Amino acid sequence: MHLTDQPIDAASLAGRIQTARRGGVVTFVGHVRDHHGGRAVQRLEYSAYAPMAETACAEIVREAGERWPVSVELRHRTGELGVGEVAVAVAVAGDHREEAFEACRWVIDEVKRRVPIWKREYYEDGTVAWVDPTAPGGAVPAQYPAEGPRA
Amino acid sequence: MPESIRVLLFARYAELLGADRIDLALAEAVTVGDVLDRVRMLPGGSALPGAMLCAVNLRQATHSDLVSPGDEVALLPPLAGG
Repeated sequence: MHLTDQPIDAASLAGRIQTARRGGVVTFVGHVRDHHGGRAVQRLEYSAYAPMAETACAEIVREAGERWPVSVELRHRTGELGVGEVAVAVAVAGDHREEAFEACRWVIDEVKRRVPIWKREYYEDGTVAWVDPTAPGGAVPAQYPAEGPRA
Repeated sequence: MPESIRVLLFARYAELLGADRIDLALAEAVTVGDVLDRVRMLPGGSALPGAMLCAVNLRQATHSDLVSPGDEVALLPPLAGG
């Protein structure tokens, strides 16, 4: 499974694919930032169309292995995350560094392009927005959850 | 034989419609575009954008693709993973 609601340990992810043959390991780790579009981010929530997201992640991992002679591990968080927590991690191991760097960059770009995951940001000023890379400012105002703003 | 299609709404689109799943009665195959037109007529549906990313049975689909009773159509807001 590539989606998880548990904290992601990027180091152990890389350890799963490093072997005697695969000497070059590259990891990309995306952490929750404390700012977006000039606003101070307090926390965020990732939601997903889980079955499609799992399928898309599996395809990306498989395609990376077809394009380059590499082993790939990919994890993406769902649920509520605080600033600094790991949102996404990609680990790629190749015999040499070139294919590991190239494949790692490709995998994270494809995740952003293809995987149905959405991000709801809670700001320090009490507002909430859906992150939308196609919108001016990169976000669209959201409604508060039905239970009202949480502390 | 199923006589409806399930429409799944996510993130902002679910917020706009106040629902994350809608079953549309449907006796025969129609296009994804026809499904979107039906959803737009529901309360809150007029706020949906003109162009939306869609999936049918977990695969990205175009508005001219056909859907049949029993299929699952998902309306996907702009992706924001990673």
